[in-house]
Parts: sequence; C-alpha cells; structure tokens
Amino acid sequence: MIKIAKKIVFILFGCHLMVYSHLLRAELTIEITEGVQSAHTIAVVPFASPMGEQLKEDVAQVIGNDLARSGYFKVLDKAQMLTRPSQPAQVKFRNWEALGQDYLVIGRVSKDNNLYHVQMSLFDVYKKEQLKGLRVTVEASALRMAAHYLSDAIYAKLTGIPGIFTSRIAYVTSELNGQHKTKYNLYVADYDGANAISIAQSKEPIMSPAWSPHADKIAYVSFENKVSEIFVQTLATGERKSIAKYKGINGAPAWSPDGKQLALTLSKGGNSDIYILTLANKSLRQLTKSLAIDTEAAWSPDGKKILFTSDRGRRPQLYIMASNGQGVAERITFDGDYNARGSFSADGKSIVMVQGVQGNYRIAVQNLASRTTTVLSNGPNDESPSFAPNGQVIIYARRKGNNDILATVTLDGASKQDIRHRGGMVREPAWAPRK
Amino acid sequence: MKLKTVIVAFFITTLLSGCSLFNKDSLSEEDNAAQNVMNSLNDSSGVDSNTYNADGLQVTELGVDNQISEGIDALMQSPEFSDPNSPLSTRTIYFEYDSSQVKNEFVPILEAHANYLMANPNQRITLEGHSDERGTREYNIALGEQRAKSVFKILQLIGVMTSQIDIVSYGEEKPAASGHTDESFALNRRVEIVYK
Repeated sequence: MIKIAKKIVFILFGCHLMVYSHLLRAELTIEITEGVQSAHTIAVVPFASPMGEQLKEDVAQVIGNDLARSGYFKVLDKAQMLTRPSQPAQVKFRNWEALGQDYLVIGRVSKDNNLYHVQMSLFDVYKKEQLKGLRVTVEASALRMAAHYLSDAIYAKLTGIPGIFTSRIAYVTSELNGQHKTKYNLYVADYDGANAISIAQSKEPIMSPAWSPHADKIAYVSFENKVSEIFVQTLATGERKSIAKYKGINGAPAWSPDGKQLALTLSKGGNSDIYILTLANKSLRQLTKSLAIDTEAAWSPDGKKILFTSDRGRRPQLYIMASNGQGVAERITFDGDYNARGSFSADGKSIVMVQGVQGNYRIAVQNLASRTTTVLSNGPNDESPSFAPNGQVIIYARRKGNNDILATVTLDGASKQDIRHRGGMVREPAWAPRK
Repeated sequence: MKLKTVIVAFFITTLLSGCSLFNKDSLSEEDNAAQNVMNSLNDSSGVDSNTYNADGLQVTELGVDNQISEGIDALMQSPEFSDPNSPLSTRTIYFEYDSSQVKNEFVPILEAHANYLMANPNQRITLEGHSDERGTREYNIALGEQRAKSVFKILQLIGVMTSQIDIVSYGEEKPAASGHTDESFALNRRVEIVYK
C-alpha cells in the first residue's frame, strides 16, 4: 500500500436548503491525510453541459471526490485525460487502458425548461463493456445531490456495498465570540460537510447529537438554561421539545431502532445511570442501577441490547446488557485501560469505540463474533466515533495542533481524511442512518 | 458553636485520613455512613443545622439582604472574597486525573465557604464540576458531577443546608485553560464554587 503523496484539497461551499429554519452557511475543507494506492483506478470525465453552460456544480468533480474519499478508488487527475468523451459511442477504451484505468465514468447534462437531466455511463475498461447507465432529473439546486446519487450507484455497482454519498452528518462547533464568550452551534451537513446549516445556537454548551432512525429528528443536550436538558428537534419544521430536565445530569440520548424510545443518562437517582424513556407516554424505566458511572448508551440494531460505558470495574469499559433489563451486564472490552462511547455498526456485527492506552485515545473497532479489536486512528485525543450507514467508514473528532476537527477513516484503517470547518472547533460528529 | 467546629474538624480529619470516603465503588454505603455520622454528630452536639441557623437568623439575614441588594459582583469584590489572604478568595477546587476525591489542601477552604454559607443561610451557590479533555464527553460529564458531589458532601457535613447548593456538571465543555498540556489539564479538572 503506497500512500498518495499528493494531497487533494478542495473547498465545498454551502448552498440553499429550504427545509431549515436557521440558515447559516459554513465552509469546510477536506484533506486526504492518508490514502492508499488502491486496487481500482477510475477516470471520471468532466460531464458535457448544455451549450457549454457553466453549471452550479461540477458533477464529475463531485463524483470524483466522493469515490476518492471512499478509500477504494484512485481517481485520475483530469489534466491527464487525452480525450473527454461524453457519449458511449465516443469512448476509445485503449486511451484509458494506456492511462492504467480500470474503470471509466462519462456523462452529460441536458436542460429541459428548469429541469436538468444528468446522464451517466460506467465502463469496465479491460472488458470493454458498459456496466451501468443511469439518468437523474433534478432542479438546479439539487445538482450536487444528483452527483452524490450517481456516486452511490457507481460505488454500489463496483463494490457490491451501498454508497454513503447521499447521507448526512450532524456535529457541534464552538467558537470564541469576544474575549471570554463562546458560541455553540449544532450543524447538519451533507456527508462531505457541504451544505452545512446550523439548526441550534447557544451561548452555553450543546452536546451529544443523536439522529432518529428515520433521520428526520435529532436529540441533543443543551445547557441553554444553565442546567443540562435534552431536546428533540424536528429538522423539517425546526419544532423543538424538551424531553428531559431532571435534577442533575440529562445526557447521552440514544434512539431505539423503532424510534419510540430514547435511552438517556440521568443522575436524578444519585449517580449516573441509564434510563429508557418511552416518548409516547413519557414513561421512564431505570435500566442500570449500579453505584458507578453508567453512561453513553447505544442500541443494537435489533433493539434487544444496550451497549454502555461503565466504571463499575474502576476504569471505564464497555458492557452489554438486555434492553429489557433482564440478566446481567457483560463486560466486552479488555484491551487498553479506557474503553468508552461504543456504538454498533448497522449490521450489528461490530462496535466502534474510543480506546485509551496510557493517555492516548484512539478509535478502535471490535468484531463481536471474534472479539478481536483493531485500532484505526492515531490519537492522541480521538473521540465520538460514528459508523457510516454502510459500515465501511467511521467519522470521528480529533485534535490537530490546537484545533478540534472532524476526520474519517475507512474500516481497514487505510484511508484517512480530515474535514476542517472554517472558524471554531468541531466535534461530536454523528452520521445519519439511511432514511 | 465552637464545639461544633471542633467536632466537624475532627470528623473531616477522620474522613480524609481513614478510608476514602469518595471511593466511587461504594458511594452509597458511604452516603449512609456519612448520614449516620451526621445524625450522631447532631445528636451529641445538640446543635443541628436548623437550630444553628435559628440562633443567628435575624442578624445574618440582614447582612445577606444587604449583600444581595448590592449585587453578587459587589460581594465578590468585597475584601472577604477578594483579599488573597482570605480563604473565601479561593473558589476553585482542583482534582487528580479521573479522581473525584477532594485533596486535603482544599479542606480549610471548603470550611471557610461552609462557615460563610452557614452564617448566611439565604446565600446560594452552584458547584460547577469540570474535567480535562481526555476521554469521552459524556463520561466526563459524569466525572464532573462526581467531583461537584464530593465538594457538596463536605459542605453538607460541615452543616451547610442542601437547599443552598445547586450542582451542574459541564464535563470538558468549558475548559478554564485552553492548552493541551498537563498543566492545562490540571487547571481544567476542577469544581468552581459560584456564589449567586
């Protein structure tokens, strides 16, 4: 595996999304810090546009960036392209073979009143055959999403795994606002950080965003009333409800897979324990009753188990117990002296966590069947890992110099990228589930 | 009143020299133990917090009312709270890594705050628990709360009414020092006593 020497830097600009009440734009820069010379090379030829019109989004560029970021592809620099076909009949496979390309993507955009038709063809260069053809019709404002949709289709065709390029993330930022004042924002953005929109702002900390299973609501912790309080906010309307404001800690919300319940950390009983709140009737059930810290609950995809952090064995470790409270909690982490903030992959086969070894905190994945753990990140202060919906990539927060930034790492640890938000510290990324 | 001070001092010394009261694995038992000691303390001294407060109620309330009318900023600027030689000028208690045990050196400071609060029963405080940035955010919220509760228990044992004290934990969300060195971490592992 050869690291890509050349760093690819590009800037993504926010654009309009009408569904949100608070429109604040943000810009993020994505930088590939560690990549692999992958087995698959792919060329994405700039798409032909109607009468040479300068489109709002460079569709081929967006697709190329998506594929490069997946860690599975090395994308050809367009400056090296000898020809730029936009229709299947124009493709001369030997040109692309000569450039060492395994796959080729071409396409064109045509306009019909206010609608754009984006047509894409995917080829296997060596077999000299077309693998897929697809047309997507959108308004101008959704050209970028159309490109992500095509990336999903290409990725799925070539890897057999669903893509993540149309998915979204949430994260929290803090920035100094004057000498001693800090401003906190909760953002929702495309998976690549584009179209970032602040959905909540406060002078007091905002924490622990958690997506509902249908990705239409976010639960989070806010200190806006000088105490911790958990809110559920509906993204489409901006409507917000306070769902927990008990004495002491109200933290770590986690949605059950059916969206009917939230696991929470409350300390109203004297110390941090995990409770299950049923949203419809507001009933509260205490799940853990230890004298230690129990927090950071996460549900298994079938809803039957709860993974959580506890220091009942003196140091924080991960435990699993039945979500109905029966039986005893089983400790599942034994590597390192600190394992916390675990969550399941969508297939339930593995968990991702923060693992601390002598003060070095890194992201690690445990295969639940084999109980083997693999460390994926470099530390020293990595936190808040969250699986992509397809389980192939993990987003997390890390410290780089004096900045807190977001980063992604592929499940094999081979490809790493930083996502830098302009202005302020970024943390607590949460990858939205597939709708 | 002197008798009570002596007994409390003895009790705190016993606490800190003997078993670790704030061992998190046995908090509840020690809660009970602490409560029993408190009860026997009250019985034997014949001075429980209510009668103590009743003793000095008139004078004390007037003083607090004046201070409240002048605002909390004025109180914090008064010599009692701002003179570096006054123990009340210290309102931050620091902790070791992943520990919520109050260190001996901070006990006299907590005694001074407790005495002030007992003399001014209308005065309220918030204990803000904080952690350094290492480890996960929600775990650090829980750790910050344990630290605030450790301070709470000492103030309560000395005789401060629980109704005078609120607790909030900010975990690692509001660092006092922005650096990423051991020195900064040490400054961030703290409980702030905020008069309000």
